[in-house]
Amino acid sequence: MTTPLWKRVIARILEALLALIFISPLIWVVISSFSPQPGSAQSKGWGVANYLTLFGYQEGLPKYLFNSIIVSLVAVVFSVVVCTLAGYSFSRFDYPGRNLGFMVTLSILMVPYASLLIPLMVWFKDIGLNDTLLGVGLVITLFQLPMSTFIMRNAFDAIPKDMEEAAMVDGCNSFQALFKILVPVVKPSMVTVGLLAFLEAWNNFMIPLYLSSSAKSTLPLAMVNMRQQTMGVIDYGATEAGVVVLLIPCAILFLALQKYYVKGFMAGAVKG
Amino acid sequence: MSSVSKSAAAVPEHKSTAKAQAFKRGILYALPDWVMIIVLFFVPIVLLVIMACSRWSLLGGNRGTNFPDNFVKVFEHKLFWPSIGFTLEYTVIVTIFLLVLGLGMALIVQESTKWNNVLRTCFLLPSATGLASASLLFYALYSPQVGPITKILSTLGLMQEGGSVLATGQSALWATIIVIVWRFSGYYMLLMMIGLQAIPGDLYEAARMDGAGTWRIFRSITLPLMKPTIVMCLVYCVTGSILAFDQFFILTKGGPNNSTMTVVQLIYNFAFDSKKDLGMAAALSLVVLIALVIINSIQMRGMRDNTK
Repeated sequence: MTTPLWKRVIARILEALLALIFISPLIWVVISSFSPQPGSAQSKGWGVANYLTLFGYQEGLPKYLFNSIIVSLVAVVFSVVVCTLAGYSFSRFDYPGRNLGFMVTLSILMVPYASLLIPLMVWFKDIGLNDTLLGVGLVITLFQLPMSTFIMRNAFDAIPKDMEEAAMVDGCNSFQALFKILVPVVKPSMVTVGLLAFLEAWNNFMIPLYLSSSAKSTLPLAMVNMRQQTMGVIDYGATEAGVVVLLIPCAILFLALQKYYVKGFMAGAVKG
Repeated sequence: MSSVSKSAAAVPEHKSTAKAQAFKRGILYALPDWVMIIVLFFVPIVLLVIMACSRWSLLGGNRGTNFPDNFVKVFEHKLFWPSIGFTLEYTVIVTIFLLVLGLGMALIVQESTKWNNVLRTCFLLPSATGLASASLLFYALYSPQVGPITKILSTLGLMQEGGSVLATGQSALWATIIVIVWRFSGYYMLLMMIGLQAIPGDLYEAARMDGAGTWRIFRSITLPLMKPTIVMCLVYCVTGSILAFDQFFILTKGGPNNSTMTVVQLIYNFAFDSKKDLGMAAALSLVVLIALVIINSIQMRGMRDNTK
C-alpha cells in the first residue's frame, strides 16, 4: 500500500507537533528554572540562584533529598524482596491457603490508599511508626504488592520446574535453588518491580502528606509546602527548580529502563 | 490460577513428609507478604470501621462510639453532594479524553519504526513524572507572573490580562484536565498499543483484500477486537479519576469557593481543615472504599464477560 508523499509529509509534521506539545512543558520548566524572572532569586541574567534558594529552604534541599531517597530505598528493597518471595511461594509451592494468599494480595488493588490513610495515621502512633520514613516507605510498598507479586508470580511460572529440581537433586535446598538458579532468571522482572516501586515512592505526595511532619517531608511534599508558605508572593523560580530536581531521576531511569517499564505495563495488561 | 495438582490421594509415606516440608516452605516464603497485609492492610481496615463509628477528633482522640452520627454528619454536609457531582463530572470528561487520545496515539505509533519509537518516547516521557511534580509544573505554567499560558490567552483576547486560568471553577477544571491528559495519555497509549499488537495481522490483510477502507477496518476489526483492552483502560481511568486528589490539592486546593472539591479532598478537609474530625473523615473514607469496591467488582465482571 503506497500513500502519496505529500500525505506522509503532512502526517509527519502533525505527529512531530503532537510530540512537541507533550515534551514542551518539560523543556520549558528546565529552561525557565535557569532564566531571569522577576520575583524569583534569579531576577537578572541566567544562573542557578533558584537552586540555591532551594538549597537553603527550611531544612534544606539535602535533607528533603535524603528523606526521599530513604523512603524510595525502603519501598524498593521491601517490594523486591517481599514480592519475589511471595511470587516464588504462590508459583512453586502447593499448600492450603496459597490461592487465598494470592487473592488477598490482589484484593489490595480494590482498596484505594486514600481511604486507609486516616486509620494508618492513628495506627502508626500506636506501633511507633508515626512520622518515620520507614512507615511511609512501608505504606507505599503495601500498595505495590498486588501488581508486583503478580509480575513475580508470572515470572516464576514461566520457568520450567526441572530447573530447580535438578539443583535440588544436587543437594541444594529450596532457598539456595531460589537464589542460585531462579533469581538470575527472574532478574528482569525484579528490575521492573524495583523501578515501579522507585517511581511510586519518589513521586508519591499524598501518603507523606498524611503521615509525615515537615522535618520528615519527602521532596514533593516539601515543594508543595514551600509554595504554600509563601502564598501571595509565590517564588515560582524555586518551584521550577524543585520540579526539575524531582524530574531528573525519573527521566533518567525512565529513558534507561524504558524496556522494563513497558514490561510492567504488559503485566498490567495481561491482568485484564 | 486453580492449577492445584489433584494427585495428593495416592502419595507414598516418604513423599508425604516431603510434601509437609513443601507446605512449610511455601508458607514461609509467603510470610512477609502476609505480615505486611495483616499489619498494614487488615488492621487499618478494621480501625477505619471503628473510627467511622466513633467520636474521634483530630486532637482529642477516641471518645467512644457514636454510630451513626458521623455518617449522618457526612451525608448532611453541604459539600458532600456537590463534591460527588464534581468528581463524577471530572471522571467522565477525563475518561473520554484519555481513552480517545490513548487509542488515537496508539494507532499512530503502533508500527515499530525508528520515527515511531521517537514519538513513543516523547508521548511516554510525561508518564514518568509524578502527579505532584506535573501539577507543580503546570501551576507555574499557568501562573500570570511567569507562565506563558496567561500571556498567550490574553493576547488572543480569551482572557483578561493578569487573570489566572485557576480563578474560576470551570476554567480550573479544564486546566486540571489538561494536566491529567498530558500526564496520562502516554500511559493509556501504551496499554492500547499492547492490545493492538495482539490483533493478528492477517485479519487486516484479509479485510484489505476484500476492499475495506481504513475507517471500515477500524470500525469492524480494530474496535471490536480492542473491546477487552478498552474496558480495562476504562476501569483504570474511572477508578483513578474518582480518587483524584493531588492535582486539585496542588492546583486549586478545592477552590475557588469549593467549586473543585473532589470527594477525596473532602476527606482531607474534614480531617485537617474545616472539622478536624477524624471520625467524619473515616466515615467518608469508608463510603469511598465501599463505593470503589462495588464499582471495581461490577467493572471486573463486565471485563470477564467481555474477554470470553
